[in-house]
Amino acid sequence: MRVPLQWLREYVDPALDTHAVADRLTMTGTKVEAIHHHGVGALENFVVGRVLEADQHPNADRLSVCVVDVGADSLYQIVCGAPNVAAGQTVAVAKPGAVMPDGSKLGKAKLRGIESNGMILAEDELAIGTEHAGIMVLATDGLVPGTPLEGVLPIATDVLELEITSNRPDCLGIYGVAREVHAATGAALAPPPWNEDSGTAGAVQGASITVKCPDLCPRFTARVFEDVKIGPSPPWLKAQLMAAGQRPISNVVDITNYVMLLTSQPLHAFDLDRVEGATLTVRRAHDGEQIDTLDGQTRTLDSDMVLIEDAAGPTSIAGVMGGARSEVGADTTRVLMEAANWDGANIHRTSLKLGLRSEASGRFEKQLQPEQAMEAQAVSTRLMIELCGARLVPGTIDVGGEGPPPKTIALRDARVRRLLGVDIPHERSAEILKALGFKAAWAHDGLEVTVPPFRRGDVTREVDLIEEVARIDGLEKLPATLPSRHGASGRLTVRQRLRRHAADALTAQGLHEIVGWSFAHPDLADRLRLAVDDERRNAVALENPISTDVSRLRTTVLGSLLDVARHNRARGAGTLRLFEAGAVYLPTEPGPLPREPYYAGALLAGAAHPPSWRDPQPRPVDFFAAKGVLQGLMDALRADWRLERAAEPFLHPGRAARILVAGMPAGWVGEVHPLVAAQWDLRDTVAAFELDLDAVPEPQIALYRELSEFPDVREDIAVVVPDHVTAAQLLALVRHAGGRLLADAQVFDVYRDPERLGEGNVSLALRLTYRAGDRTLTDEEVAERREAIADAVADQMGGRIRAS
Amino acid sequence: MTDRIAHIRAEAENAIAGAGDTEALESVRIQYLGRKADLPNLLRNVAELPAAERAATGKAANEARKALEAAIDQRAEQLAAAELDQRLERDRVDVTLPADPVPATGRLHLITQTQREIEDVFIGLGFNVAEGPEVETVYYNFDALNFESTHPSRLMSDTFYLQPTEDIFDTSALLLRVHTSPVQIRAMESQAPPIYIVIPGRVYRPDNDATHTPQFHQMEGLAVDTDISLGDLQGTLLTFARAVFGDERQVRLRPHFFPFTEPSVEVDVSCFNCKTGVTADGQRCPLCKGEGWIEILGAGMVDPNVFEYVRDNGYDPEQIQGFAFGMGIERIAMLKHGVPDLRMLYDNDVRLLEQFG
Repeated sequence: MRVPLQWLREYVDPALDTHAVADRLTMTGTKVEAIHHHGVGALENFVVGRVLEADQHPNADRLSVCVVDVGADSLYQIVCGAPNVAAGQTVAVAKPGAVMPDGSKLGKAKLRGIESNGMILAEDELAIGTEHAGIMVLATDGLVPGTPLEGVLPIATDVLELEITSNRPDCLGIYGVAREVHAATGAALAPPPWNEDSGTAGAVQGASITVKCPDLCPRFTARVFEDVKIGPSPPWLKAQLMAAGQRPISNVVDITNYVMLLTSQPLHAFDLDRVEGATLTVRRAHDGEQIDTLDGQTRTLDSDMVLIEDAAGPTSIAGVMGGARSEVGADTTRVLMEAANWDGANIHRTSLKLGLRSEASGRFEKQLQPEQAMEAQAVSTRLMIELCGARLVPGTIDVGGEGPPPKTIALRDARVRRLLGVDIPHERSAEILKALGFKAAWAHDGLEVTVPPFRRGDVTREVDLIEEVARIDGLEKLPATLPSRHGASGRLTVRQRLRRHAADALTAQGLHEIVGWSFAHPDLADRLRLAVDDERRNAVALENPISTDVSRLRTTVLGSLLDVARHNRARGAGTLRLFEAGAVYLPTEPGPLPREPYYAGALLAGAAHPPSWRDPQPRPVDFFAAKGVLQGLMDALRADWRLERAAEPFLHPGRAARILVAGMPAGWVGEVHPLVAAQWDLRDTVAAFELDLDAVPEPQIALYRELSEFPDVREDIAVVVPDHVTAAQLLALVRHAGGRLLADAQVFDVYRDPERLGEGNVSLALRLTYRAGDRTLTDEEVAERREAIADAVADQMGGRIRAS
Repeated sequence: MTDRIAHIRAEAENAIAGAGDTEALESVRIQYLGRKADLPNLLRNVAELPAAERAATGKAANEARKALEAAIDQRAEQLAAAELDQRLERDRVDVTLPADPVPATGRLHLITQTQREIEDVFIGLGFNVAEGPEVETVYYNFDALNFESTHPSRLMSDTFYLQPTEDIFDTSALLLRVHTSPVQIRAMESQAPPIYIVIPGRVYRPDNDATHTPQFHQMEGLAVDTDISLGDLQGTLLTFARAVFGDERQVRLRPHFFPFTEPSVEVDVSCFNCKTGVTADGQRCPLCKGEGWIEILGAGMVDPNVFEYVRDNGYDPEQIQGFAFGMGIERIAMLKHGVPDLRMLYDNDVRLLEQFG
């Protein structure tokens, strides 16, 4: 909302400069988003002038060479292009050095060989109107050449651009803002401009209104004016509208806009002679009923929308937009001035459904109050009479009347103190509330406060009053204390610590965390080659995505990892070590909300280790690189986990595994299928995993285990087994056969040689560690276990121990 | 005979001293003390000497042998030390060559770092960390937070709804939460007062420019107790601002309007790039635009209407009261670290990720 300061100062004039006023408004809740300057600058160069001579320019048909008296015995020669310039006129003059509304500075100029010292001004050149056909000719009475123009026309003002919060529709009018300035600064507030009303109550001859839906139209008021003379508005009115950002059109239309900007209540002027039957009916539309609106479109309504019709049919969509048929025009002589009150929520829905917003609907939807309708009528009546020569037909049509009686709310001193943490004496509270238009009476524990109609929607409870008092008294006076807490203490949950721990374990292995989009492209499932019945195809879909490529929610974090890998590869990154931890979104049936398990995914590409002068070409990552990162993560979380071979459509079929945590499936690890990786322009091996972190149990408290004082016995053996035996199977068997004394067994080499080992065999070298907690093991004890292992391998796997 | 012994000893001592390396010394040892050398032979044959010479010769030969053995050991040590020195010298490296690569250091994303930093400040102030679903109902996202049915945030232009959505005013319609505030309601439904929580998480709004992305992160706070005041809100946020932006910071509360708080405020922190809007070199501060203050969050006292939705769980607005606040985690991160464009945080360019943490 734009508030020209010169307009504001008609009602409240604090002895403060623009910035100080802005600061007070901001600090009391009416945020000033910007301070603009409207109009001209270097005001000393704008004066009243009198045209003494106006002669034809020798070299240009359309120019006149004028001699202008600009006061102080100065005569300026000015070349003027206006057709209406003539000797004897009193005019507005800009002298060289003047700053025009667009910021340009006026200099001396030569026009077709003749020197020109300034400009004789048209309205639009001062930004106080839109007229450009000719110069402004000022009324001569009492205006002496040289008089500063500033005192004659509103040619310059600061304009505050305010953010009016949705709870304060009363501040969508200049007077409402003036009331705020009054309360915030203590400067005197002029009486409301609607205090004097020359209108009368009672029926109006020759016009009638019927409201068939009073629930949606709490009040409808109308007055009738005759002998209206349509014409341009006076300069002051045009200037106010221009500064407030509205284009002047004609006096009647300008009056409706001016009154709206002053009171916040929209009005509508009907040409009464074009209202068929001189009667208006407010009713719900029929489903499918159509109406042509002022913007030239045909709108289709439904029965929750309200329209206004005359005897010939609908003329406007109530509170949103009028119709062309009854619009005021140049030949209008009888005006029906409407100021109505509408149900805000209904106007909001109507404007939403129709996709049609107007200045009026934007105000009505914030819920104006019925009293404001008559305030607007009072101001417009005065202006219609003054500016249009109109005659008010006695009476006022008023359907619905005023709103409910004002509410009185107790404001308890103790409650003020408890909520704010500081005392505000109730004398001070009363002063503030009165300045804001409330009535306040003493009560034994505070105040009895009566809410004015224009704050009826916003202030309904004690807490609302406390806010009023606090914001005007000044929040800067509040103490800075900490809550007493009453024993409450803060900590992370075990699950939250586990998530932090997981992220730390991944960064410790050199992985950078990324934060990807929760959104996914609908074709992601295809690009990942997911089967038609894969659950991960079943993604949450958005009704109104910002674009199709982000119209789903992700069911895997692999998509964002691949996206980020491609982004970085395109910018020259060779080695990529990335992870993401966050929710995926899995629709559930039944149940309204999707499941949102917390996943951790990692992606590796490029070298497994950084290259150096000693190892210039480190090997690239592969399955085991990803498994290593996964192992680091699982070790950090002390999880009971293992892998088993399993296929994923987006993974290398021979290099893919399922992650089992405590025996339950919890994710996958593998090399991304080359055809999948290629879709993200990744041509080398990409290894990745994804783990449902929610499936990892919270770690148990670790209990102390005794450190053995006796030495371990270590020995290496090579076991030849058929190729189909997995390392995990072999180790399980060895551990079982090794019994209690076998403390550890690890694979440290894998060897294939058909000639020496036989076709279809593999040799796995194992490092065995034997230990007893209570003694030093003897060679015989170890040999016994080794034989047990050899027997088990031979019997159960058809394998053998190779000579070591 | 003793003269001969003396002669051998002198000769051997010279040879020991002259041995240039361990190998030469070993030859010397064999020459003078080996099985076939003169001195051991002499000792072996002492018994055959005349009795008068026997004692003197034996003693002299024995002394000579011991002396030579000692001399050889000593020389051996010298030579070994010298040879080690030589070998170490040969092992010299160019110390300016690059080190072995350290294991790469990974970083938490700046959003995560900032989230943890804020969480930790509030944990220190006695708050717990609460979480909730990102897909929400209209009820939790708007209705129970006292949003009027006319509030523009409810529109499809401001909120992502799930397919299919027939009516955005249906309380059970599904949407992506536009703030983490629904968790306030969920937390109060599950826990009676007092409650002190912060709520981090992803939120969604249909915007996309340098300061808005359709997905971003919020940190909300909620404190409800018998006596929480607006002054407590100011003190809590002052503590937060100083912990995150530096000990010199001030905060100021500006009145504002939010549906779920009353009174409502916007909170500014004093600029940490300038003094009262002017930088050290006299320029208008680009960070605070010359204002001296930077808006960081919205806050207020929880509106009694919000408590009405959870009244049965101990939240009688006559008995309890509280404050709530909400901030954008990205905004805090961008302000603190000077990141110019929010979208960069979602590009995840490794060159950016490496810069923080």
